[in-house]
Amino acid sequence: VYQVFESVAKKYDVMNDSMTLGIHRVWKDILIHKMNPFPGMLLLDVAGGTGDIAFRFLNYVRSARERQLQRRLKHHQNLSWQEISESYQEEKCKSLGDSQVVVCDINKEMLKVGKQKAQHLGYSEGLSWVLGNAEELPFDDDKFDVYTIAFGIRNVTRIDLALEEAYRVLKPGGRFLCLEFSHVSNPLLSRLYDLYSFQVIPVLGEVIAGDWKSYQYLVESIRRFPPQEELKAMIEDAGFLKVDFQNLNSGIVAIHSGFKL
Amino acid sequence: PLLPAGRACLSHAEPRGRDGRSGEEEEEEGCYQLYPGHIPTSPLQKALLAAGSAFMALYDPYRHDMVAVLGETTGCLALPNLRDKMKHHPEGYRILQERPRIRLSTLDMARLQGLPDGSLGREYVRFLEDNKVSPDTRMPPKFVDDEELAYVIQRYREVHDLMHTLLGMPTNMLGEVVVKWFEAIQTGLPMCVLGAAFGPIRLSARKLRVLATELVPWAIRSGRNASCILNFYYEQRWEQPVACLREEIGIFPPPAVQV
Repeated sequence: VYQVFESVAKKYDVMNDSMTLGIHRVWKDILIHKMNPFPGMLLLDVAGGTGDIAFRFLNYVRSARERQLQRRLKHHQNLSWQEISESYQEEKCKSLGDSQVVVCDINKEMLKVGKQKAQHLGYSEGLSWVLGNAEELPFDDDKFDVYTIAFGIRNVTRIDLALEEAYRVLKPGGRFLCLEFSHVSNPLLSRLYDLYSFQVIPVLGEVIAGDWKSYQYLVESIRRFPPQEELKAMIEDAGFLKVDFQNLNSGIVAIHSGFKL
Repeated sequence: PLLPAGRACLSHAEPRGRDGRSGEEEEEEGCYQLYPGHIPTSPLQKALLAAGSAFMALYDPYRHDMVAVLGETTGCLALPNLRDKMKHHPEGYRILQERPRIRLSTLDMARLQGLPDGSLGREYVRFLEDNKVSPDTRMPPKFVDDEELAYVIQRYREVHDLMHTLLGMPTNMLGEVVVKWFEAIQTGLPMCVLGAAFGPIRLSARKLRVLATELVPWAIRSGRNASCILNFYYEQRWEQPVACLREEIGIFPPPAVQV
């Protein structure tokens, strides 16, 4: 799997856009909206590679923070101008409000691409990039408010270990969110989806990234991955409570959610 | 050794036992790989690959792999044609049997460099050095569904540098286009035809004029006059002077222009 992603890293984003016709952006937006992060939240994004989830998280928190500050300003409008200028000196305007994202990935190349993207897009604060294995995270217990893994868990050899690690590093009250390709139950859509997956995606891989085999592997790994209910059971086995899933696009993608309580 | 030339099946689809070998079980992973590196593809996939590679080859001229893929996916008529030409020629037939490969590991560079100036071997090595190319950068075929035809296209690719040598064309854009015109006439491969037709798009006006007035007419005349270039066992002709080999094949001397 490592070698697959080494060759895939640079063209990852281009391929994602081509394969999903840009829809993956919507899926990731929905994930963040479901998370509804507040300023001050600490997020661990595992298999976060090129940073898509991390950047969205930062954007959301930034606008949430702006709204927070605006509300505070409104509250200040009945004070005298002297009192207001004093409060400016006191308040250190943290645009992110202490929120932090740790992007963890097993692959150096993916992290490199992610760092470059962050620089290019202008994300400087609140981001950390850590090399690590989802089955054995280099973090202490009870550290994070939210744990996400977007399109990464199907590449993990021992999913149960990754889920246990997720449980370990989350704070009590923390949330586990998993965005992943899943099973389509609708038979007609399933056939169209299969046709598209097997006929078009490896071709796209060859033409855009010069790599048929990696994308053939990708399509096959999606088919091998446990369906919605089975994954839900696995998440419950790791100790999470209130586990649920939400199908997107009739099951092409599903968001699983669980809480450490 | 020649494997029976059968139809390969693609992964996750029913096997098409067209050649009657219905006893052939496909592995769980799918396909019957006919040669190392072979990726069996459905007609739809080939069509998509042909379109995608054509577009990508034009969009990004450095994607040589796309030119190769285009050649493989569109060569279904031209390649059997070439193979038959080879079969019906004594030297070509021997090449098909012995399957020689032109690779740095199989070439004795020192010996070739020691050959007299004007000989095929010496000029070939000079061409490789001047243009800083190596015979090992040729893509192995992936999408040809016949093991023998895969060799034919491989041979065509490996002989391409020798064509440059025989035609006296460097590896710049203009030189490549000229060689493509020659190859298009010789092989009939759609990829060569497309390359010959669309290659000139990126050339300056001056070069286009030289191309149109001198080089292309010569390439066409030579291509028509010459016997099939795949029917010559170049590895056994290193000592032969280039001029003599040109005459034997039927390539006219190149026009005296700066390429």
